[in-house]
Amino acid sequence: MIAVKKLVKRFGLKTVLRGLDFEVQEGEFVALLGPNGAGKTTFLRILASLSRPTLGEVRVAGFRLPVQAAAVRRNLGVVSHLPLLYGDLTAEENLRFYGRIYGVLDLRKRIDEILELVGLTSRRRDLVRTFSRGMQQRLAIGRAILHDPEVLLFDEPHTGLDQDACDMLDHLLGEVAGQGRTIVMTSHDLARVEELASRFDVLSRGVISASSSRNDLGKNNILDFYRQALAG
Amino acid sequence: MDRPQTSDRRPLSVLRRSSSGFLKAIGAIVWKDLAAELRSRELLSAMLVFALLVILIFNFALELDPVTRRVATPGILWATFAFAGTLGLNRSMAVEKDRGCLDGLLLAPVDRSAIYFGKTISNLAFMLIVEVVVLPVYSVLYNTNLFNPGLIVVILLGSVGYVAVGTLLSSMAVQTRTRDVLLPILLFPVVIPILIAAVKASSGFLQGLDVTEVMPYINLLIVYDVIFTAVAYMVFDYVVEE
Repeated sequence: MIAVKKLVKRFGLKTVLRGLDFEVQEGEFVALLGPNGAGKTTFLRILASLSRPTLGEVRVAGFRLPVQAAAVRRNLGVVSHLPLLYGDLTAEENLRFYGRIYGVLDLRKRIDEILELVGLTSRRRDLVRTFSRGMQQRLAIGRAILHDPEVLLFDEPHTGLDQDACDMLDHLLGEVAGQGRTIVMTSHDLARVEELASRFDVLSRGVISASSSRNDLGKNNILDFYRQALAG
Repeated sequence: MDRPQTSDRRPLSVLRRSSSGFLKAIGAIVWKDLAAELRSRELLSAMLVFALLVILIFNFALELDPVTRRVATPGILWATFAFAGTLGLNRSMAVEKDRGCLDGLLLAPVDRSAIYFGKTISNLAFMLIVEVVVLPVYSVLYNTNLFNPGLIVVILLGSVGYVAVGTLLSSMAVQTRTRDVLLPILLFPVVIPILIAAVKASSGFLQGLDVTEVMPYINLLIVYDVIFTAVAYMVFDYVVEE
């Protein structure tokens, strides 16, 4: 579903990604780990067609980037630590707006389904700026899956959430992942991704320095795996 | 074109794929901007208060006699529109950037020029609303009749050109830390031709000159509008991408 070969990304003289190889099968949930500044967000932005690769080959949902960017975007949903929502519109209006620019059919029914899924039906007519951070993030997930994408990218979605909101978000992420979507998520919270992901990749010094499936890793070993990957 | 490698992909049942997607995306962006502004009134109130203050200050500062007033009117009007317009352009793009919404727009599977046209139409609507309020207030304060069809056409053409360039440059400036300062620095040198043509054409109509004498400036405005809209259409994708 995602295939990246020898990806290089430079910003001026600074090289952030140095020949990165990465592959994700359909239905996999991959947690992308790494220290601050490792290039996780840059990598996700390239997968999302928001940034162009300097060198290398990137395929998402079978389409090549950047030449088939529109086709990739049709198959892609993105949730970042920013909600990508308009505070002066209601929850329903935000979804209606995104539904219209994505060309979602039977939009009213789809909005009802999404609001039900993210547990915001009773707040559908409230302005998003009155929402808590957790509610905004749940609505952001609703926005990301509104057009039923095959691939979802989550860039540190837990940032700024309290414990309860994180638990609620994890529950929602589990539901979304259970629908057969392919997911790549960056996070610093190892305990949380350990519960959610089926594979763990560590991005360090511009390449994937270690990769392990949940089965190979065993339970409660993620911290050791992460430290070894960074040390190596 | 490369084809998808996976054979058993889930059908995207909720997606419409039609050629009208481009226009629908433009319509959605305009609707979103107007609906959000109707609620917050942040952008329009700032532009209006600023524009009214400018004409008020000019009124007291210059204390013009009736003849000089007629000569100075186009300059004062266009200076007011240009300054108020900059405020609006900055704010309009800042709203998109601050909550990451620009990324939300860029992630949509439509030609990115739809974003440009959507934002341009919204910005033009805000600018025209300000002009509709400013003109009668100016008429009363300066005791000058501005209800001239020719002048209205000039204001429309000048505003289109100003907003066409301004929307493109504000989408560049918004990605920098110094966006508030940067936009006027980038914008004013580029819109000098349109401001000169607009002032000259407005002056011609207010002084009752024949249309043929004003036509060269009108033509310049039309050419400027067409060229800069076309340039913005071609380069917007590169401007907003990292």
